[in-house]
Amino acid sequence: MTSNGNGKDVMIRITDLHKYFGDVQAVRGVSIDVNAGDVLFIIGPSGCGKSTTLRCINLLEHPTKGTIQVGDDSHTFGAGQSMPPGRVLARYRTRIGMVFQQFDLFPHMTAIENVMEGPITVLKKSNKEAEEIAADLLSKVGLSDKEDVYPTQLSGGQAQRVAIARALAMQPRVMLFDEVTSALDPELVSEVLQVMRELAGEGTTMVVVTHEMQFAREVADHVVMMDAGEFIEQGTADEIFDNPQNPRTQSFLARFHGAADIRGKAGAVLEKEA
Amino acid sequence: MAYVWDFDVVLAFTDFWLKGASITLAYAFGTIVGGLIIGVFAGMALLFESRKFPWLGPIVSAPIYGYVQVFRCTPLLVQIVWFYYALPVLWGAAMPAWLASGLGLMLYMGAFSSEIFRAGIMSIDKGQWQASRALGMTYSQMMRRIILPQASRRMVPPFVNQSILQLKNTSLLYVVAVPDLMYTGSIIVAETFRPLEVYTSVAIMYFCMLFPLQRFAARMEARRDI
Repeated sequence: MTSNGNGKDVMIRITDLHKYFGDVQAVRGVSIDVNAGDVLFIIGPSGCGKSTTLRCINLLEHPTKGTIQVGDDSHTFGAGQSMPPGRVLARYRTRIGMVFQQFDLFPHMTAIENVMEGPITVLKKSNKEAEEIAADLLSKVGLSDKEDVYPTQLSGGQAQRVAIARALAMQPRVMLFDEVTSALDPELVSEVLQVMRELAGEGTTMVVVTHEMQFAREVADHVVMMDAGEFIEQGTADEIFDNPQNPRTQSFLARFHGAADIRGKAGAVLEKEA
Repeated sequence: MAYVWDFDVVLAFTDFWLKGASITLAYAFGTIVGGLIIGVFAGMALLFESRKFPWLGPIVSAPIYGYVQVFRCTPLLVQIVWFYYALPVLWGAAMPAWLASGLGLMLYMGAFSSEIFRAGIMSIDKGQWQASRALGMTYSQMMRRIILPQASRRMVPPFVNQSILQLKNTSLLYVVAVPDLMYTGSIIVAETFRPLEVYTSVAIMYFCMLFPLQRFAARMEARRDI
């Protein structure tokens, strides 16, 4: 792992990342370091390239140019370079957990089987061992009573918590969250955020793409504002939310403040109950 | 004068009927199984892509695509006749009727099966693929554990429907004189001059074989809950 100036280990290093979809440039040369144990939030308007950036970290998207480093694994892309072979990619991804907007649980497996799938198939753990891991994680996300339930019978919030447990079962070094509450009914958002808050508190390295500004402000170690494929501003949560410098950040956050005031009160009540 | 039905002429040939029915069932079963196997491989070829050698994908899939389209867009009757009467001209040796017709039926089933197989796999939500990849699964792990178990459930109803059609299509064996149910019926008509009773019986026998299969297919479609 690479060290940075402050003696902290860098867990993720993105260097000059570019991503084109055909002629459209979604990401325009962004660079950032995420220290081990830190929580980075990427905010910005829809279509600004934040999800694409996130998906480049575990190489679900093929970066057009740039270097992606997670732990000691580094992959550089450039002029016409293809993706690493399937097995190398698969091994690289085992240590990077990802949670998606639509949960994407495996519908033919129960909740606990979903969580056991990675340890059994990918990590070659025994059934018994995988079951212990999965049961622990389901209890951690508060779903011990749903072990044998199929995903169609779970609420959105429950499904998303199973998806988080499924990613954690791989013992990832890094967790990536791609708008994980955007598909949820408002009253189910807080239960998912609560799990994420706990993970952040335990020192999990996380990169979170979200529209939950209140949550970002509370949990983030570092926030970057993205617009039109570029990181236009970055800093601590306080710096970005209280004193944004870039006019585009200011106008983006202004749209949220009105909503956040209303939501902030309701959210606080709900989260107290949760 | 009212027509006097006489099914005794039908019953007099019970052993012929049994033989004809068993040939029909044997052809149906054999060509459905063979066609499914062809369909799985052809379907995989249609889906084949290589990240390392992008030019390889079209080279593999193009000829298979050609095969599927030819067999889907020409009548089965023409295919059977072509294998029996036309291919030997090229080949220089006659092909026995059982082989020519079996080949035609099997390749026909294979062409349709490949499309069912391909469509079943393509129907699986993109999220399932990305979630499996994000867990670190290799392509074969993803197919075996996540994609195929879901896709195969969706493939069952169309496969059963295609099998029903296939059993009916075996009646085309008639044109190359393979003694299936239909051909047996025509022989008995020539013997007895009783087309009404005989062909009615042929229809009833096909119906009795297919109706249970049809019910099974309907049940499968009803519980397409996953």
